[in-house]
Amino acid sequence: MQDMTMTNNSPAELTPPRSLWSLGWQRLKRDRVGFVSLWIVVAFLVVIALCWTRLLASNWGEEVAVPYAPPTWAKGEATAATNGATDANVLGGANGPIITLTPEEDPIGKDIEAARADAGKYQLKATVKADALFMGADVRGRSVVNKVLAGTSTSMLVGIFGALLSVLIGTCLGAFAGYFGRAVDDFLMWFYSVFTSVPDMLLLLAFAAVCGRGFLTLIMVLSFTSWTATFRLVRAEFMKHRSREYVQAADAIGASHLRRMFVHILPNISHLLLVQFSLLLVSLIKYEVILSFLGFGVSVRQVSWGSILGEVPAELMQGYWWQLLAVVIMMSLLVTAVSLLTDALRDALDPKVK
Amino acid sequence: MLSYILRRVWQMIPTLLGVMLLVFIVFNWAGGDPSYILAGKGVSKELIANIHAQLGLDKSLPEQFLLFVTQVLHLDFGVSWSTQQSVIGIMAARIGPSLALTGTLLVAELLTAIPIAILVAYHRGKLIDRTVTILCTVAMSVSSLVYIIVGQYALAYKLGWFPVMGWDDKSLFNSWLHYIPLPLILGLAVSLAPEVRFYRSFVVEELNQDYVRTARAKGLSERVMLFKHVLRNALIPVVTAVTTSLPFLVLGSMLLERFFGIPGMGNELLLAVDKSDFPVIKAITIAIACATMFFNLLADVLYKWIDPRVELK
Repeated sequence: MQDMTMTNNSPAELTPPRSLWSLGWQRLKRDRVGFVSLWIVVAFLVVIALCWTRLLASNWGEEVAVPYAPPTWAKGEATAATNGATDANVLGGANGPIITLTPEEDPIGKDIEAARADAGKYQLKATVKADALFMGADVRGRSVVNKVLAGTSTSMLVGIFGALLSVLIGTCLGAFAGYFGRAVDDFLMWFYSVFTSVPDMLLLLAFAAVCGRGFLTLIMVLSFTSWTATFRLVRAEFMKHRSREYVQAADAIGASHLRRMFVHILPNISHLLLVQFSLLLVSLIKYEVILSFLGFGVSVRQVSWGSILGEVPAELMQGYWWQLLAVVIMMSLLVTAVSLLTDALRDALDPKVK
Repeated sequence: MLSYILRRVWQMIPTLLGVMLLVFIVFNWAGGDPSYILAGKGVSKELIANIHAQLGLDKSLPEQFLLFVTQVLHLDFGVSWSTQQSVIGIMAARIGPSLALTGTLLVAELLTAIPIAILVAYHRGKLIDRTVTILCTVAMSVSSLVYIIVGQYALAYKLGWFPVMGWDDKSLFNSWLHYIPLPLILGLAVSLAPEVRFYRSFVVEELNQDYVRTARAKGLSERVMLFKHVLRNALIPVVTAVTTSLPFLVLGSMLLERFFGIPGMGNELLLAVDKSDFPVIKAITIAIACATMFFNLLADVLYKWIDPRVELK
């Protein structure tokens, strides 16, 4: 987003008055913390782009290790805990089926006999399963690294698209309310007050109860409930800008209302929208995690940070902590980086605040 | 003042109607036909028609909405689809445990977050301030779920200091004594970091004001300056934070209630969403919306009381 604006403005950079974006970029580069966080966020974006194009972690569902294989670097202390579980889980260890009925008495005896005879045809190819992986494995022996990478991509994509849609809704409604004022403003403010009088989480759950679960529904539900902050911000900015001289000048040369709103005023507040976007990104990712954890989020075929955390309480009781660790590391890294980047962006793009 | 309150109450009517419309659109229009959920197995045409007539689904949408508004105004939210108990009865039974948890949590938050915020704001820029700010950023980066999962596992399951979960239906006081402490500690751990940061910024802003310099110049002790002058001025955001959190108090802390098996409103809501029990969700949504509007009004009245310079328009 930033880079595109940069290239658009590159001819303008030759002339002395430099654009807000290039000045902001200069200031951001000087902010060491902000710049490092920017690179971390970019690294996460690369990861989700690779997952999205199925170059990375597309095989997260494959069972490549024994159930609850420990991380290689913690194998010694964890084997004691896993031994009991793996023995019980390996089916070959059981001494055949327990016979309580003779085949003559059993009403489905014949079918079972036939099924047993056919069983050889369907036998799975025995694969060598690792007994330790870099970050361990989950209950079905799936690699935690791949699973968490896939989860990162799902959670971040939900956050990114949700925040984009939410900023879009908030900006359009806020622009109309702030620019036209009067009846339009009254109506949209009523709409806004309705949405703000119901707490976010309650609204999310109400929508989730009706819409069911899934990736796209989740994005819609999250953006329908979170547009209010952007609306208020954009409305106030448009009220401030609509009587400025440059807008009057645009009116004088015959620019239409829509052109004045979205071509003349909007670029002047776009830096605020970028900050708003990154604020929303963090809160939507947190909401996604909670919703998926509760089972109202992504569908069961997908994996996200929330659905991984949903498996954690039962795992902890048995002493398997590696999945929790992997999610916490990834999530904290991203949330901290985005929060610090938001602060840096605000300082860089909005020099009046301080 | 009275005319202001009356005008605000008058303005609440369209908002409340809007909330009802929203709830109606979500559940009656987007939610689809609930008869199949209700009918269960053995669906017949007569059964469906019967349910339609009972719920008023055979009428047109505007008529249905009118029916819904009349029901809400009569505080008649019907019966729960899954248990056939009256929704009002369910809500009355659930509010006690929720308030026991969130009310205690709110008091504990204020008693810890504000002193810490004043302390670090007073020493701003020094080591303690920077340490607390960094700690807050780190603490806020971890999902609240992780605090609860790990806290419940470590403090209750591993160390056995608290019961893992549970509730005493007979005596609220007993439950409060035995089952509230751990959720309280974990709730505090989740909310302390954002609150300290929030209050710190306000106290820092107040400390830069001219009146602080004047108070110091005329020889007031630091304690009087902080607690009598600064705190009073920094009270406005505190009131805002408290009154905006009051509706959530009624809703209860959903995650804590779910993890610790506390039979509160939040837990009830999650169960209702799980079972598509629309009457319960509708009733809770409308009740919380009313509470939010009421507490917003209360906040504005309180501002005036705390700071006479505030003008109510």
